Amino acid sequence: MAYSDKLMDHYENPRNVGSFEKGDDSVGTGMVGAPACGDVMKLQIKVNADGVIEDAKFKTYGCGSAIASSSLVTEWVKGKSLDEAMAIKNTAIAEELALPPVKIHCSILAEDAIKAAVSDYKQKHGK
Amino acid sequence: MSQLKLPIYLDYSATTPVDPRVAAKMIPYLTEQFGNPASRSHSFGWTAEEAVENARAEVAKLLNADPKEIVWTSGATESDNLAIKGAAQFYKSRGKHIITVKTEHKAVLDTCRELERQGFEVTYLGVQENGLIDIEEFKAAIRPDTILVSVMYVNNEIGVIQDIPQIGEICREKGIIFHVDATQAPGKVKMDMNVLKVDLMSLSAHKAYGPKGIGALYVRRKPRVRLEAQMHGGGHERGFRSGTLPTHQIVGMGEAFRLAREEMDSESERIRMLRDRLWNGIKDMEEVYINGDIDQRVPHNLNVSFNFVEGESLIMAIKDLAVSSGSACTSASLEPSYVLRALGRNDEMAHSSIRFTLGRFTTEEEIDFAIALLKDKIGKLRELSPLWEMFKEGVDLNSVQWAAH
Repeated sequence: MAYSDKLMDHYENPRNVGSFEKGDDSVGTGMVGAPACGDVMKLQIKVNADGVIEDAKFKTYGCGSAIASSSLVTEWVKGKSLDEAMAIKNTAIAEELALPPVKIHCSILAEDAIKAAVSDYKQKHGK
Repeated sequence: MSQLKLPIYLDYSATTPVDPRVAAKMIPYLTEQFGNPASRSHSFGWTAEEAVENARAEVAKLLNADPKEIVWTSGATESDNLAIKGAAQFYKSRGKHIITVKTEHKAVLDTCRELERQGFEVTYLGVQENGLIDIEEFKAAIRPDTILVSVMYVNNEIGVIQDIPQIGEICREKGIIFHVDATQAPGKVKMDMNVLKVDLMSLSAHKAYGPKGIGALYVRRKPRVRLEAQMHGGGHERGFRSGTLPTHQIVGMGEAFRLAREEMDSESERIRMLRDRLWNGIKDMEEVYINGDIDQRVPHNLNVSFNFVEGESLIMAIKDLAVSSGSACTSASLEPSYVLRALGRNDEMAHSSIRFTLGRFTTEEEIDFAIALLKDKIGKLRELSPLWEMFKEGVDLNSVQWAAH
C-alpha cells in the first residue's frame, strides 16, 4: 500500500512511545480497539495543575496507519487544555497523514483514544 | 560473499520467477516459430503443434500420466472451474451433492458457491488444528447423491499436504469423481497418476518457474471421466477447452515441468534446509507459533504467527523481505485469513501471521539476513504494542472487555 511521507515518518520514527504509571493522579489512560479487529491503541496524557496536557505517551498494536495516527495525536495533544484536546477530529488526523479510505477507521480510533484518556482523567478527579 | 540484493523475495507461493532456461526456450516461439498449432496446412503449424505435444508429454511425465490426459487451460483458476463445473454439470443426473474443504483456494470455493446457486448442495469440511482434514469426518459427509469431491493437494497459505492417496481410494470405492487442485504441488510433491485415484487435477505453470497465464487440467481416461466444456469454440483440446493454444506459454510450462521432474529431489532437500534454518533462527523468540502441520508440509513453506504484533505493520517493518500476511490489513476485504481461522486460530493470531515461501533462488545468506531483520523488528514492534505490555504484566488478554469496533 502506498503511504504518505508523513505517515511513513511517524511509523518509522514513532513519537512518545511508552507508558506512564496508570495509578498516577495526573495521568489519564485511554485504551480503545480490540485485538480481534487488528488494532488496539493505548494513549496516556499527563495533565498539570493548570489543566494543561504537558506530556503524552502511546502504545499501539495495529497496522502502520494506526501506529502513525496515535503517534501524531500524542504530538497534537501536548500543550492543549482538556477541552481543546477533545475538539481534535478524526478528519484532521486523516487529512494530515493522507490516510487511504480503508484506513479512516485508524483516525477514528485515535480520536476515540483521546476522548477515553480525557474521560479517565476527569473520572479520577470527580468531574 | 556476494552482494545481497534487496528486497529479498520470499513469496514463491504467490508466484515464481520464470527460470531463465524456461524463458530461453519460450522466446523462439514468439518471434520465429509463431505458427498456430491448429494450422494443418503448412510447416509453421506443424512445428508449433510438435512443440505443444512435446510440452504436453513433459507435463504428463511429471505426473506419470498419459499425454492425452492433459488439457491446456489459462491457469489453475480456469482448470478448477472446468473441472468442478464441468463434472458437476455432466454428472448431475446422478446426484447434486459436492464435498470440498473450507481451506481451499477461492477458485474452488467460489466455483462451488456458483454451483450452489445452480441448485447443487455443497458440504464444506472443516480442518483439524494442523490444517488437515479428518478422514472419518470426510467419510461421514459422503451421501448417496455425492457426485464430486474437491480437495487441494498443498495448501497455498500453510503448505500442508492433504492425504490425497487415501481420499482418492475412498472416492473410487464409492464411484465419486475426485478433483484435486494441485497448483502448489508440482516440483514439491511426488505424484504418480498410476497410483493416485485422482480423476481431475488442476495445474499451473507460474508456481513452478514457468510463465503466468498457462495451466492444465489432468482428465483421467481410465476409467474415463467426462466433463461439460465451459469454453466453446473451435473444438481445441478435444472439445474440452476451445481457444487458440498459446504455443510459447505451453513450451514454457513443458520446460518448467521437465526441470521440476529432474531437479525436484535435490532442490527440495536444499530448500528444506533453508526453511529449517529460518525456523530455527526465529523459534526461540517468545510467543512465536507455526501455523499448520510441521511434518505433513512442503519444505518451501513457513507460516508463522508473531503474537502481539500486527501483520501489516510487521510487513512494513520488514519491507526488505517480500512476504505475505494473513492479516486483514493487507487484504481489500479487511477480513483476516479464512485459512488460519479454519485452523481454529483466533483473529489475533491470524492478524499476526506471516507466510514465508522459499524457492529455487533463495540463498542461505538471504535467510540469515531475514532472521536478523525479524528479530530486530519484532522486538521493536513489541515495545510499541500495548498487548505485549499487558502480556508481560501477566494480564490475561481474554479476560479483558474489549470495545469491538
